[in-house]
Amino acid sequence: MSEQGFIQHTGIAAPLDQANVDTDQIIPKQFLTGVTRAGYGKHLFHDWRYLDLEEKEPNPEFSLNKPEHKGASILLARENFGCGSSREHAPWALADFGFKTVIATSFADIFYGNCINNQLVPVALPSSEMDKLFTAVEDNPAIQITVDLPAQTVTFDGVSVSFDIAEHHKNNLIKGLDAIGQTLELTETIKAFEAKQPAWL
Amino acid sequence: MAKTLYDKVWQAHIIDQLGEDSLIYIDRHLIHEVTSPQAFAGLNEKGRKVRRPDRTVGTMDHSISTRSLAIDACGPQNALQLNTLARNCEEHGIQLFPVGHQKQGIVHVMGPELGLIQPGMTVVCGDSHTATHGAFGALAFGIGTSQVEHVLATQTLKQSRAKSMLINVNGKLPIGITAKDIILAIIGKIGHAGATGHVIEYAGEAIRGLSMEERMTVCNMSIEAGAKAGLVAPDETTFAYLKDREYAPKGKDWDDAVAYWKTLYTEEGAEFDTVVELQAADIAPQVTWGTNPGQVIGVDTPVPAPEDFSDPIEKESAVKALGYMGLKPGEKLADVAVNHVFIGSCTNGRIEDLRAAAHIAKNGKVADSVTAIVVPGSGNVKRQAEAEGLDKIFEEAGFEWRLPGCSMCLGMNDDKLVSGDRCASTSNRNFEGRQGRGARTHLVSPAMAAAAAITGRFADVRDFQE
Repeated sequence: MSEQGFIQHTGIAAPLDQANVDTDQIIPKQFLTGVTRAGYGKHLFHDWRYLDLEEKEPNPEFSLNKPEHKGASILLARENFGCGSSREHAPWALADFGFKTVIATSFADIFYGNCINNQLVPVALPSSEMDKLFTAVEDNPAIQITVDLPAQTVTFDGVSVSFDIAEHHKNNLIKGLDAIGQTLELTETIKAFEAKQPAWL
Repeated sequence: MAKTLYDKVWQAHIIDQLGEDSLIYIDRHLIHEVTSPQAFAGLNEKGRKVRRPDRTVGTMDHSISTRSLAIDACGPQNALQLNTLARNCEEHGIQLFPVGHQKQGIVHVMGPELGLIQPGMTVVCGDSHTATHGAFGALAFGIGTSQVEHVLATQTLKQSRAKSMLINVNGKLPIGITAKDIILAIIGKIGHAGATGHVIEYAGEAIRGLSMEERMTVCNMSIEAGAKAGLVAPDETTFAYLKDREYAPKGKDWDDAVAYWKTLYTEEGAEFDTVVELQAADIAPQVTWGTNPGQVIGVDTPVPAPEDFSDPIEKESAVKALGYMGLKPGEKLADVAVNHVFIGSCTNGRIEDLRAAAHIAKNGKVADSVTAIVVPGSGNVKRQAEAEGLDKIFEEAGFEWRLPGCSMCLGMNDDKLVSGDRCASTSNRNFEGRQGRGARTHLVSPAMAAAAAITGRFADVRDFQE
């Protein structure tokens, strides 16, 4: 878990204009055999990104491979992004590739939580705002987009759009706290709870 | 105020309120090789211990071969992952059921069958199909690896309360319709993200009439509707299943436990954020036609056209799915040929599933054009099936009879399909590439899968009823 906080990020975006992008697409099963958190970025979106199994032939049609989106640090997607498997390898792969934030219409629950735990900022915007963002990037792929977490805004083309995020998620992302360390400070409270549990458990 | 089952289990586990989040206690933690190594590495880096090794149980399931007991049968990477789990369990004093152990199996099959999952518990695992265990009236949900590490270190999780959804399946199930058809019909109705942010409670006459194994099939796929968890209130069916299982309470503890479990139901007048009603009589054998489990139809319904969907996103998804699946609008599923059949997984790898498939398989032979495998969900399921002679029925009909594991559900092992293969699968996800790059997965019940193996196409299992 990263312990650096996220305040604000400005960069260019790669558009992935489809709904229900599942974690099997983000990082397919053959890359889940690792025992560390590192090195998943090169396999990100493997099936769509490469024409071959060996990852030697990039698919020129795929957003991330287009020269105008090279260096993108913001991913745009549609509804239910990150559905399916709970694999945390998905946010690990996105972050390792270089994404700092994913802006989508909505997110699957487990993926959303996994992003929070990995300093990858999930930003949910209404469908109409996503339409504008996709259009803006299509019209000008070099457009700079800013995600400001304390202000809870996405700014592009001189316009700021607000987004919702739970206060505790926001705080965790901004402060980059060690969640386990925080909970371990409550060990006495946990022990007291355990002492009251029934004998059969 | 009248409480729901979810309210009761949730409130019983709150240790502390931390702003908007609650710190909740985790009663049971199941672990496997794929999503735990980085969690243990994190603990070890900081010199932290596992708080409750006695509440933690491990098994090997995803990365193993179902053709061989050799730990390296799927290559050195898989072997490293499996050996890492074994070492971590050893170092931290956690009970592990490794490959070859009688009690080894898919985590969501072996856990319940050992009696590790009981009503009113909180259960987590680094696997989205942890929702399975809600069949016992336990609050069970999948978590990421950072959360696995958090639970290992503290036996707790910080969670926000989810919204509640009641799904009533009213009336009796028609003949030939199974738990798998119920859950696929539900997902078809509410959509692949229809229950996002919710904990579902399944109720109604058709749910009440299900066995524990069938309830597990229903709850298992709650995540495929986006739900945090799925629950069925415990009843006599639940207690009868648990009685005398290895890890179930015994003696006076049993009596005390049952008395508590009987309080775990939704009270009259309790309110849900969302209520969904289905009539069991309307459910036909289900087959997915697309690339998410919400893209599903009755076997007797023609493949839909993109124009059938008013929502532009659904329309676009249908265009893409039909292209990937190689299907045409209006096509009859009965005319679609399959060349692979997979019977198994945490959704449908239990003994009742194998009995249902064997019941169809015993009257036929696997079509020449089809490769069909049957993968029991655990060592215990395998032994039981063999005691009943199911393995012989399958083998004589031309199915391969395998060792327990996740196998072709996700192909993290030596069971994968190749581009263009079309598989009738009793698993839970028909995502692009899930069973192999370019392969096409259709989700069905075990009986429908067996019928597909024999006919080489999607036959209506109701035509097979005697």
